[in-house]
Amino acid sequence: MENKNLTIHLKIWRQKNSSDKGGFKSYTVHDVNQDMSFLEMLDILNEDLIKKDGDPIEFDNDCREGICGMCGLVINGTAHGPRSGTTTCELRMREFEDGDTIVVEPWRAKAFPVQKDLVVDRTAFDRIMAKGGFITVRTGGVPEARSLLVQKEKSDEAMDMAACIGCGACVAACPNASAALFVGAKISHLALLPQGHPEAKRRADQMVAQMDAELFGTCSNHGECEAVCPKEISITGIARMRREFWKAMA
Amino acid sequence: MNLDAKIPTGALEGKWDKHRFEMHVVNPANKRKFSIIVVGTGLAGASAAASLGELGYNVKNFCIQDSARRAHSIGAQGGINAAKNYQNDGDSIWRLFYDTIKGGDYRAREANVYRLAQVSNEIIDQCVAQGVPFAREYGGLFANRSFGGALVSRTFYARGQTGQQLLLGAYSALMRQVGEGTVQMYPRHEMVDLVLIDGKARGIITRNIVSGEYESHLADAVILATGGYGTAYYLSTLAINSNASAIWRAHKKGAFFGNPCYVQIHPTCIPRSGDYQSKLTLMSESLRNDGRVWVPKNKDDKRAPGEIPEEDRDYYLERRYPTFGNMVPRDVASRNAKAVCDEGRGAGDTGLAVYLDFASAIERLGKHTIEERYGNLFEMYHLITDENAYDVPMRIYPAVHYTMGGIWVDYNLMSTIPGLHVLGEANFSDHGANRLGASALMQGLSDGYFVIPYTIGDYLAGTELKKATIEDDAFKAALSEAKQKDQKLLSINGNKTVKEFHREIGSILWEYVGMGRNEKDLKHAIQEIPKLREEFWQNVKVVGTSDSMNKNLEFAGRVADYIELAELMAIDALHRKESCGGHFREESQTEEGEALRDDENFSFVSAWEFNGLDKEWTLHKESLLFENVIPTQRSYK
Repeated sequence: MENKNLTIHLKIWRQKNSSDKGGFKSYTVHDVNQDMSFLEMLDILNEDLIKKDGDPIEFDNDCREGICGMCGLVINGTAHGPRSGTTTCELRMREFEDGDTIVVEPWRAKAFPVQKDLVVDRTAFDRIMAKGGFITVRTGGVPEARSLLVQKEKSDEAMDMAACIGCGACVAACPNASAALFVGAKISHLALLPQGHPEAKRRADQMVAQMDAELFGTCSNHGECEAVCPKEISITGIARMRREFWKAMA
Repeated sequence: MNLDAKIPTGALEGKWDKHRFEMHVVNPANKRKFSIIVVGTGLAGASAAASLGELGYNVKNFCIQDSARRAHSIGAQGGINAAKNYQNDGDSIWRLFYDTIKGGDYRAREANVYRLAQVSNEIIDQCVAQGVPFAREYGGLFANRSFGGALVSRTFYARGQTGQQLLLGAYSALMRQVGEGTVQMYPRHEMVDLVLIDGKARGIITRNIVSGEYESHLADAVILATGGYGTAYYLSTLAINSNASAIWRAHKKGAFFGNPCYVQIHPTCIPRSGDYQSKLTLMSESLRNDGRVWVPKNKDDKRAPGEIPEEDRDYYLERRYPTFGNMVPRDVASRNAKAVCDEGRGAGDTGLAVYLDFASAIERLGKHTIEERYGNLFEMYHLITDENAYDVPMRIYPAVHYTMGGIWVDYNLMSTIPGLHVLGEANFSDHGANRLGASALMQGLSDGYFVIPYTIGDYLAGTELKKATIEDDAFKAALSEAKQKDQKLLSINGNKTVKEFHREIGSILWEYVGMGRNEKDLKHAIQEIPKLREEFWQNVKVVGTSDSMNKNLEFAGRVADYIELAELMAIDALHRKESCGGHFREESQTEEGEALRDDENFSFVSAWEFNGLDKEWTLHKESLLFENVIPTQRSYK
């Protein structure tokens, strides 16, 4: 394959801290290799800024292989960028053209306040999990693994839902900043498995209540969340969350 | 100092039971009076924090990421071993124990490894109860597979993301305790120092990554579960934020470092494509179950793989190791890949790759089966390389992946600093000189769920602890030292970035303390590293301030530690003149080019004591006694 290097113009959101107003700043990066990841391109920009005594751009990232859920940028208006089923760290520069101007913003949602530049606070997700995103078992006091049969199809479906990496793209993409896909995925994962049944009602009730308390918006079925989800989690998870929630109300 | 591993007496099979009975137990009503700090939220840290909180201790759990769920245990793809023998293929606790001891090339403790095999079964029960969606068969029972270096199918897996699912299980247990109020979470907090009072670990100093504030935290015991030090090599399969600073700073406070030279280079990673590269991506070695490894028979054969006919291909692993074939342990697979590339038979433009070919598996099993087994890995490969591995063979090359070395701990997982316990990859304990596939997850969860909850109780119930506060001199001194160090880093204002230094130390390690090591190279590294350290402290450029989020500053502290640690890795590798497992000394090999151990002189754990950077480390040896297995030349023919 012929590799050609790109010149990329960037408009990046800069914000000193949570109380700063923030705004866009323009940068240009030359000699961008097409096999480079989007974050590696930002690394190069940061190295350049450091050398020139500038202030490097803060952005979250960790595993750089699409599984930890730490990274997340809104790129040209789309959470995690133009390629579907991909996290920001997996995105390669071959998705862009020479001379492109790319707009880079943090997740924007009331429940995810910006901490600096492109870094946001997603601890609201942890607080929702602490309300019921688990099965109540003690270490050690559990039955032998084979004592419970799980239908393969159910197990596979539970796995589809468990694949959520908690990145928050669903919230960033939703016009209401709803966390329904995140919460729905966890409720579904555990509701689909027999182990999760005994406390299914309590779980749905408490997780949904905490989601509301964190000021996430209400789901109105736009489906933007599913479209940007890097793990391609289906909005059937939201439908199941609603069913579980109504069962809990009954 | 006498290095006592505190291995219980008696028959191997009964040691752990006997020890559990003999240990002190903290009265349930008193547990809430004890506070425990856990640093790290990977499999070992999260499972420990959750289990200790559940028992009633006051737990503070720290991590550098924004959420406990992000720890790099999530990166493990392939699976977790257990001796369940669900497949009726002759597995047993004894066989898992034996395979792990042999796989580690007889450089691990028998008692630890046996305990690991024993609790492996409980781990599976625990994870299933938490809702971990392990792969199932149509009858509703478990699907298992065999995995790198094992002749039985004992590996449980959850698609290609077993580590992620196990961690989410541990994280959910942890979040439950956070909800109950027994565990207090401190995300985005980096441990910058360990605090000792009367020689015992009594707390840590942290820096709040968001606000830049330095904080003191007091406890009755400290647990480090902060992972391995593979990022010292710059390029590795580890996460960008994975680092060695917590264990290195504990080492400088008196915790001996065990076997620093034992590094695992994983054979199946996506090859490097350019200088800009920030990390290497691992492709689970489960791929070797169905993929065949080959290179062209002839040097400089630059034809596309599809144009190279069968007779011009060399399936070198199948040829050299007819019994294990493509499934040989990681160290053997990696060295062989390097050897064929060094011969000039490497694949692709760089010549630093070998093919992993699925054509015959697709023909035999159908594309659908391969897709079901490895779909996400093929997708990941496509995303990175823009190549479709269903049609053209993957290109793979070894990369630094895991460090078997770590803080020396006794059977109770306590380091040479009383009260400082070290779990998971951060300790040196269970994998000897080479870790088998699907064993890391097992060890992390074993340490956290099933070992530390007992052994820490024994420590707390049997130890006199002085009343202390964070106003004590030891805390004040550590706090001001931490602040000064950061100020120093910010004030140097030199000409080289932190990343440039990181690349440099990484390249010294990869070149001279990498897959094949020899006296000349190691001595060269030992000369070069202190020079780099000196240059770092005179010429590094760190921008910004310490009183706000500043990743550049965080990284500067970590790279300073890598440089110091790298020196000890090279010293240990030079001292260990034998080859064993992942440590291959070119001077010590069999006629067939396999690692040749020297049991007479090197059947011990190296535990290094820090005496100050301007002084030499002191080597302490823990002899390894093999009472149940007879060390033999490892052969995978």
